[in-house]
Amino acid sequence: MKRREFVKKSVGAGFVTGTALAFGSINNLFGKVPLPDSPADLVAVKGGNPGQMFDRGIEVLGGIEKFVKPNQTVVIKPNIGWDRGPAQAANTNPQLLTRIIEHCLKAGAKEVRVFDHTCDVWTKTYKNSGIEKAVKDAGGKIVPGNTEGYYQKVDIPKGVKLTSAKVHELILESDVFINVPVLKHHSSSRLTISMKNLMGVVWDRRFWHRNDLHQCIADYATYERKPDLNIVDAYNVMMRNGPQGVSVSDVVNMKTQILTTDMVAADAAATKFFGSNPADVLYIRKANEMGVGEIDLEKLTIERIMI
Amino acid sequence: MQYTSLKKLRVIISMVFFVLITLVFIDYRNIIPEEFTRGALYLQFIPSLLKFINLLSVSVVGFIVVLVLTFVFGRVYCSSICPLGVFMDVVSFFSRKLKKKKKRFRYKKPHNILRYSLLAITVIFFAAGSIYFILLLDPYSNFGRIITYFVNPVIILVNNGVASILGSFNVYAIFPVEIQSVRFELWIYPLLFLILVTWMSFTDGRLFCNIICPVGTLLGLLSRFSLFKIRFDEENCTSCGLCARVCKSDCLDFKEQIIDYSRCVECFNCLPVCPSDAIKYTYKKTGYHNSGIKKIKTDSLPDDHDKKKRKFLTLLLSVFTGSAIGSIKLDTQEEYKDSTVPEEKEFPVTPPGSLSIRNFTHNCTACGLCVSACPSDVLQPSFKEYGLTGMMQPHMDYHTGYCNFECTRCSEVCPTGAILSVPEDEKTRIQMGIAKFVKENCIVHTEKTDCGACSEHCPTKAVKMIPYEGDLLIPEVTDDICIGCGACEFACPTTPFKAIYVDGHSIHEIAKEPEEEKLEKLVEEDEFPF
Repeated sequence: MKRREFVKKSVGAGFVTGTALAFGSINNLFGKVPLPDSPADLVAVKGGNPGQMFDRGIEVLGGIEKFVKPNQTVVIKPNIGWDRGPAQAANTNPQLLTRIIEHCLKAGAKEVRVFDHTCDVWTKTYKNSGIEKAVKDAGGKIVPGNTEGYYQKVDIPKGVKLTSAKVHELILESDVFINVPVLKHHSSSRLTISMKNLMGVVWDRRFWHRNDLHQCIADYATYERKPDLNIVDAYNVMMRNGPQGVSVSDVVNMKTQILTTDMVAADAAATKFFGSNPADVLYIRKANEMGVGEIDLEKLTIERIMI
Repeated sequence: MQYTSLKKLRVIISMVFFVLITLVFIDYRNIIPEEFTRGALYLQFIPSLLKFINLLSVSVVGFIVVLVLTFVFGRVYCSSICPLGVFMDVVSFFSRKLKKKKKRFRYKKPHNILRYSLLAITVIFFAAGSIYFILLLDPYSNFGRIITYFVNPVIILVNNGVASILGSFNVYAIFPVEIQSVRFELWIYPLLFLILVTWMSFTDGRLFCNIICPVGTLLGLLSRFSLFKIRFDEENCTSCGLCARVCKSDCLDFKEQIIDYSRCVECFNCLPVCPSDAIKYTYKKTGYHNSGIKKIKTDSLPDDHDKKKRKFLTLLLSVFTGSAIGSIKLDTQEEYKDSTVPEEKEFPVTPPGSLSIRNFTHNCTACGLCVSACPSDVLQPSFKEYGLTGMMQPHMDYHTGYCNFECTRCSEVCPTGAILSVPEDEKTRIQMGIAKFVKENCIVHTEKTDCGACSEHCPTKAVKMIPYEGDLLIPEVTDDICIGCGACEFACPTTPFKAIYVDGHSIHEIAKEPEEEKLEKLVEEDEFPF
């Protein structure tokens, strides 16, 4: 019964919250993904602390109210992969999450839930990343992702290698889905940004590694329940030894943030901070070719904000 | 009747120890602080003795306290401190409630040959460097295994049931916990032991403590000379026999007015039932009473009982050895072809702080506390990794988990010194083994696609991705910074054989610090690269 409910909801979610999505897929034909009622496709903010940058960035996008309506449930998916402290930037910045949750609650969200399918022991990872406390203090709810029972099977019709996956129930049942990756070097996928971050909403990740990692990342990005908003945390950036890092010497204080509804655009823009060409990161190129979003930053309206 | 409160005190103390030790073992959420665990287990005889021999430190003299207690008060350890003893009392209690006809104990002759042979075998083996009989017979360790193997899974099942009900209401305060499937062969000994102990205590009180338990027999040697003793007052005694009826150890002969102090566990049951104040717990002798135990025949119980049990165990093992746990396949379509080169591990991996395989296997009584406490589920009872005599001693099983980089939980809880306490910063350098890369199994080589799961999980970047064909990257291991935590092995997605696995060190080493180079900045502070 519950499972059926999920399926219904996940289909419903496509209609209810999917205005941005629907526009997104139509507009892909023209190579553009505009935000509703906003002149900018992508907002890049630089120079402040994570909270400040989010305040300014979301303001340009028309405020969180554009995405979160009163009485809606929100799921936030940060990167909480590793049992490392905030200084090592292996996980999303807790301050940023605090501010996002505050905005959501102010906009009238019924509940804001946060989870990740961690790599390291989840209890330690939630705690030592500083995220558990940040979420609770901000009034959000931290939810485990450690057992298969939380994950429901969905089909990914456009997937080439990954044609189905078990996805965390919160992604399927929440009204609003906010993806908050941290930008990092990554030994497997080269860089981890918004699309790679979604690997943490599925149960079986070994399948991805066995069956062409880049293709699976792109495949999952085609799944209909895309994030309604991506906020790339590039405040502290792990430049090497990712995704876990060895010490703080791997980290550069970049003080940057990227906000967009287009995952491919987010990843393409973030790639530039590593001095790389987005098309060289295979999954970004594949996702663009599969129509997930725009890789060519020239074609986007970018709002740049310096604090 | 003045001894009622003494007996009550004994019951209270025993319940306190029982509950504390049980809590320590069922703490699957790691809530209990290490100091509490150490305190609760401080007086456990065998763990304390082993740790003392290992460390020669005054901080672990719990067993000496027990010896002193025994010398002063008799075998109070058995009645109050030993969790298995209390467990037997609980069973005995229920047996009395369940049986229509109330159990009446009566004096029985001791099984000296059996109990002293078992003690002698245990001691001789231990002196010769084998902990095997301690592992099999120690009451604390057996109690620990009963909780770890049989009670914890039930508790976790209940937890998960509650968690899933609450989860459907979006309440996540109680969360599900993975149940690790222990090979069922490993259940055989603890299960047989549980059945044996339950049956013995159900039918005859503390029989186990006086025929099998080496700790009981050892303390019995000392309690003959204890200062306080239960003694008869010949003048008052009417030989009514009420005292013998409640004697769990069958060691009280009211006709002869003799108590076998080597078997008396100071349960004090006999004291309050005496209607004529003829039995007392006193320091001073009120009359001469020898423990005078005559030699008896022991044909009532076969002394090769234990050998038979082991033979049965070995037989069962040989039957089931071939059975492996089937791997679960996802029902999605996979193009991946199975890996071909089997892993060749020379040594098993012992937990951080165990120093060496020798130190670990010589001090571990397989109580299972570290297995219950390990938050990563990496510590699992071994099957044949350490050979047959090391069965149930835990090893690092990198198929169920990997050692969390900064976690030192097992070394904090281990009561025997098999895993010695290590500071967090030292733990991250302990090299338990070294990762071996098998290119022929690796996805990058066989499928020509990127993978890198091993390098991703490596906490020291000892597993690094280096250029391979085209744009591909393939793993390479830097031995001297590898700590053998098994994260790479766990993460490696190849089946059935891993493309990277940890071969244990027989003696742990210290890994080098990973080198830190300065980072060059790629982007200027105040501009966007797009």
